[in-house]
Amino acid sequence: MSKKIRSNPLGIELNRRTFLKGAAAGLAATVVRPAAAGAFNWDSFLQKHFREMNDAEIKKVIGRLEKEAAVEWKKNIHIGTAKAMPGVKFGYGLDLSRCIGCRRCVYACVDENNQSRTPQVHWITVLRFKKGEKWIDLENSEKYYSPKQVPEKDFFYMPVQCQQCENPPCVKACPTQATWKEPDGIVVIDYNWCIGCRYCMAACPYGARRFNWAKPNIPADEINPETHYLGNRPRYKGVVEKCTFCIQRTRAGKYPACVEVCPVGARKFGNLLDPKSEIRYLIENKRVFRLKEDMNTNPKFYYFFATNITQAD
Amino acid sequence: MGNIIKNFFKSLWQITRGDIKYYIWIAFLFVLIALGISAYARQLDDGLIITAMRDQVSWGVYISNFTFLVGVAAAAVLLVVPAYLYNFKPIKEIVLFGEMVAIAAITMCILFIMVDLGQPLRVWHLLPVVGLMNFPSSLLAWDVIVLSGYLFINLLLVLYALYRLSIGKEYKLSLILPLILLSIPWAVSIHTVTAFLYNGFPSRPFWNASILAPRFLASAFCSGPAIMLILFQIIRKLTKIEIEDRALFKIAELVAYAMGINLFLLGAEVFKEFYSGSIHKAPLEYLYLGLHGKMRLVPWMWTALVFNVTAFVIFLIPKIRENFITLNIGAVLIVLGVYIEKGMGLVIPGFVPDTLGEIYEYWPVRPEFIITIGIWAFGALLYTLLLKFAIPVYTGELRFKGGEDAAIDPAMINKHRREKSEY
Repeated sequence: MSKKIRSNPLGIELNRRTFLKGAAAGLAATVVRPAAAGAFNWDSFLQKHFREMNDAEIKKVIGRLEKEAAVEWKKNIHIGTAKAMPGVKFGYGLDLSRCIGCRRCVYACVDENNQSRTPQVHWITVLRFKKGEKWIDLENSEKYYSPKQVPEKDFFYMPVQCQQCENPPCVKACPTQATWKEPDGIVVIDYNWCIGCRYCMAACPYGARRFNWAKPNIPADEINPETHYLGNRPRYKGVVEKCTFCIQRTRAGKYPACVEVCPVGARKFGNLLDPKSEIRYLIENKRVFRLKEDMNTNPKFYYFFATNITQAD
Repeated sequence: MGNIIKNFFKSLWQITRGDIKYYIWIAFLFVLIALGISAYARQLDDGLIITAMRDQVSWGVYISNFTFLVGVAAAAVLLVVPAYLYNFKPIKEIVLFGEMVAIAAITMCILFIMVDLGQPLRVWHLLPVVGLMNFPSSLLAWDVIVLSGYLFINLLLVLYALYRLSIGKEYKLSLILPLILLSIPWAVSIHTVTAFLYNGFPSRPFWNASILAPRFLASAFCSGPAIMLILFQIIRKLTKIEIEDRALFKIAELVAYAMGINLFLLGAEVFKEFYSGSIHKAPLEYLYLGLHGKMRLVPWMWTALVFNVTAFVIFLIPKIRENFITLNIGAVLIVLGVYIEKGMGLVIPGFVPDTLGEIYEYWPVRPEFIITIGIWAFGALLYTLLLKFAIPVYTGELRFKGGEDAAIDPAMINKHRREKSEY
């Protein structure tokens, strides 16, 4: 697979992670030894909601969380708090006619976003359908398919992940406002505010939310140390998590990991407010649909069929 | 004031006194509670992974019990209405014990929510002012408000009645009537809000049916009074409390009507789903016929249906419901039937098939059973202690005599007996 350099979806300069920041965090972790992992601590118990904190408070909390994470995961982890950029609303496109069901997106997502390896947590579910059978209601889908080779002759595939609804039922359901929609349209979770009631999981029509039934388990050498507070920082036992369009990457002008890894280019991503973006092009020029539109959730995740040879594009 | 507090502790002391059977019962409950706590400690340590819940079926037996118990609590109102508003004397005398059932049930509801939380220490995030309650958007926020309000109202009513009785006076209805009137719609509200909690999301077609809230209420008015029927008979057997047969038969009659409505609503739901035959019938199919060969709940649902129909017939025919053997059979059938139907029979099919069409067959595993039994034991302990405290006051054995020391006054027992026989 060739590693083609893609154009920058936001057209902004990439902010390379500063080596110094990481080094400083590492030094701090060795000098100030925080309480043993998992032990009760008042600062963590009384931590305010992310959106209730001012910049100084956030800085202090990030400092503590980075120290805790260094002890917990035996690796220095940088927790970013990059805010949404003005004039940006992220949208996603998925070309069903290209998807071959290889699940590379699933595992690239796991690596990028620090999902638990045991028990396995996946943010992307790839559903397999038999050609010619009714499929749009998902009742006949198979998610545990394991052939020797994909694509299989009689089947087609549909990956499902958080659809980043403009009208998200999960946000409506959450009793503590621990999940909300950011100005750039990404639905995020404050892992330090979620009480783990799982009401959002009952509300979500897309099965996009995952619960940490046990403490996440990630080998130290597989941890992605470049994280975002609202995104891929390692989670706690007993909280809910989900796809954030790789907030730590996309807010820095990069593509989500799943977009980058897709070997057939089925995944598209960009700024819905930019008329020249790829996502706007495909919405305007392809036949797009969104999953379960009858729910009025208004997802920013568009499915489409681009490679219809009989179609004059 | 000092005396009142002193008297309170003196009367509280008597919950530690009883015969050998009482001590065995309490010890038995303590053992179950201790087992529950140890299982819960393991759950805290390892996470909810020790349950059978998974992402596909993310609520299980804890939330099922919660739902059932909200119904039991709400049903106290069924006793309040005839007691206070229509002044139906026989029930008025026992309404206190019904309100205490509500207190125990709501406490258990809160515990079942607590053990279901992934981060129980953060529960304060749910509270208004100190936390960040998502009101009015989240129905769970509504549920926190109505449930705690209902607990508060019932505590006030019980404490006031006991206080008046303990100083040898009838309680002034004029003083608490507003609270009693409030408790009626409030009881309806706890059940309606809990129904709406499931009802509000189109992602779960089984719950997203307008019939859900009415069905909740109808089945609540079966199970709650049925539990009370059994409890009241135990109370009058073991203590000096006299509960008239008339009161029990009246409750049974009301249960019959509620069960009739409950069965009718179930029929309406079955017709709509199976006749229209859209894919939304899948959860109901899973419950009663099995889906793609997955039949875990099928025998239970049919058992519940047979129990409910049998109990309906028993309670409908006056001759049969006024026979204590059949009355008790009917009450037990209703409690079990509604426990299945309004517990797992309601919660699980919301998740089967899941939103991506997967069928994960949930069935609780050992730690969940042990924790569930522990919470029920705690509820039973709470109710026992409440009774132990309330009954001597109620019968007149324990009187504060306007600020004097709490004392057992045999004359008052006789007086109470005399009053009883005057009816």
